[in-house]
Amino acid sequence: MQLFARRQLRLTGRWPKGEKWLAGAMIAPAALVIFLVAAVPLVGVLWMSLFHHVLINPNNQPFVGVQNYITQLTSQGFWAAAERSLLFTVASTGIELILGLGLALLMNQPLRLRWILRGLVILPWALPGVSNALMWRWIDQAQYGALNALLTQTGIASSYINWLGDPHIAIYMVVLADVYKNTPLVALLLLAALQTVPKEPIEAARVDGAGSFQCFRYITLAWIKPVILIALVLRTMDAFKVFDTIWIMTRGGPANSTQTIAIYAYQTAYESFNFGGGAALGYLIALLIVGLAAIYIRLLRGGPVT
Amino acid sequence: MTATTTAQPRPRRHKSSVSATALRAGLYLAMVVTLICILAPFLWLIISSISSQADLITLPLSWIPQHPTLSRLAALTVGSTTDDSALGFRAALGNSIVVVTATTAIAMVTGTVAAYAFARLHFWGRNRLVFVFLATYMLPPIALILPLYEFLSGFGLLDTRIALIAVYSGFVTPFVIWLMRGYFEGISTDLDDAARVDGCSRLGALWRVILPVSLPGLFSTAVLAFLLCWDEFFYALILTQTSASQTLPVAINDFIGRHSTDFGMLAAGGLIAALPPVLIAFICQRYIVSGLTAGSVKG
Repeated sequence: MQLFARRQLRLTGRWPKGEKWLAGAMIAPAALVIFLVAAVPLVGVLWMSLFHHVLINPNNQPFVGVQNYITQLTSQGFWAAAERSLLFTVASTGIELILGLGLALLMNQPLRLRWILRGLVILPWALPGVSNALMWRWIDQAQYGALNALLTQTGIASSYINWLGDPHIAIYMVVLADVYKNTPLVALLLLAALQTVPKEPIEAARVDGAGSFQCFRYITLAWIKPVILIALVLRTMDAFKVFDTIWIMTRGGPANSTQTIAIYAYQTAYESFNFGGGAALGYLIALLIVGLAAIYIRLLRGGPVT
Repeated sequence: MTATTTAQPRPRRHKSSVSATALRAGLYLAMVVTLICILAPFLWLIISSISSQADLITLPLSWIPQHPTLSRLAALTVGSTTDDSALGFRAALGNSIVVVTATTAIAMVTGTVAAYAFARLHFWGRNRLVFVFLATYMLPPIALILPLYEFLSGFGLLDTRIALIAVYSGFVTPFVIWLMRGYFEGISTDLDDAARVDGCSRLGALWRVILPVSLPGLFSTAVLAFLLCWDEFFYALILTQTSASQTLPVAINDFIGRHSTDFGMLAAGGLIAALPPVLIAFICQRYIVSGLTAGSVKG
């Protein structure tokens, strides 16, 4: 009886018409929140970026068109910050992918004690960004920090190094803190992909005389490539947005050496109180992120391994 | 043929067993090194938080504290204290709990209902809209904060927890939609049909049939949403000013200014902010890993 009714349901179009209205009602609350907190501000920031708006002169906000964009895109400060962002992004994302792949392969080995590693790998990921940055700020501290103590006590370094006070070194210490926190995420994503790699082609290739490296290169790596790409885009997006790690560790210093574009935009708006310029920078960063998000979404829709 | 299959592997096996042992030793070594790299920094944070100031500024550094003390951890949580910044930190702990819990609840309800519509109902622009939502989740806060600040100050909501809850709901909701839509799509539509045959409406099917079988997915999504909010720093830095609404990340940021040389106090603050997410991560590990990988590995 039920079976018959089910078949009829299927034949006669399952659910009643008018689902559009139901769908609209179900999506409306979420859409309203997202509209108010994301879509409206995104238009608002574009609007604000077209006006000359600085704190010292709040009552005079003339419309200046794209002048804020021209000012920013021709300023040395912006390009220096963009260069630092690029350095931070390439360094942190590159190291995280390489270490993450190594860690995923290690966790995928049939070792008796691998559950310990799988269990503890989540720790750095779970640390709040601010706690992680504070922890590394303290480890890298020039006088009493653990890193200097460790390196001198083991004889690797002969003198103390001012890790966060040296403009040539500080950005790499920020990269290190970012790598510590985010490598586990990359590793967990790649581990999930590795666990779906089929065994048969590898066995077949072995029979045909392929070596371990060839099997890894042409079968394993080729199979998990879509997930590697997803991890790459995901990390690139986050690295371009990075704020908390750098702000807590160095405030963008010393001598602006860790001032990435997000820090630069924040300081333009909230330390120089140039809101028009800050809005233009914010909009430029949003455009960059939306471009990356489009790539990310295309990768997801491309149907990587499930 | 039998001769080749039995004869050939022999010399190889002998050779490979030596290299296999070396490989195993190498793998275990790599594992130990990795574990040290993962644990040592966090362990040092814990040790620092219970070391006396004298222990921390001894040169050369002695790694084991001579005078361990729980006084800072107590001052920042339950012990009696008159220190202003410790009281501010406690207020921030309370604010974080309120803001994160309320945001997670709001985003879970609105996001799950919307996710069901995206997964099951047929309407124009369905796929496009869900990706637009996903893209809003990825927008950088720096791009949205200037207008948000203006709106919220227009409504007199600056330095309130309500402002934070509203703003956080804006980026946690699309995150919930994304994960729950994926989860619902993994559930057979036969269940919906069966519920329909038994006389359920769409919403009835969601409530009585789909949600009960989605509990693991709901749980892992809620945990990830909670961690996402707990971590948020940028919006809170700009939208909060006093202990009426400051959350833990902002309180820690203030700590750095006030206790710039009290390293133990800083470590204690960082540790307390880290404990809830770390404990949740260890307890709910399976759900977190499945949620993380489902969101990005599957389409």
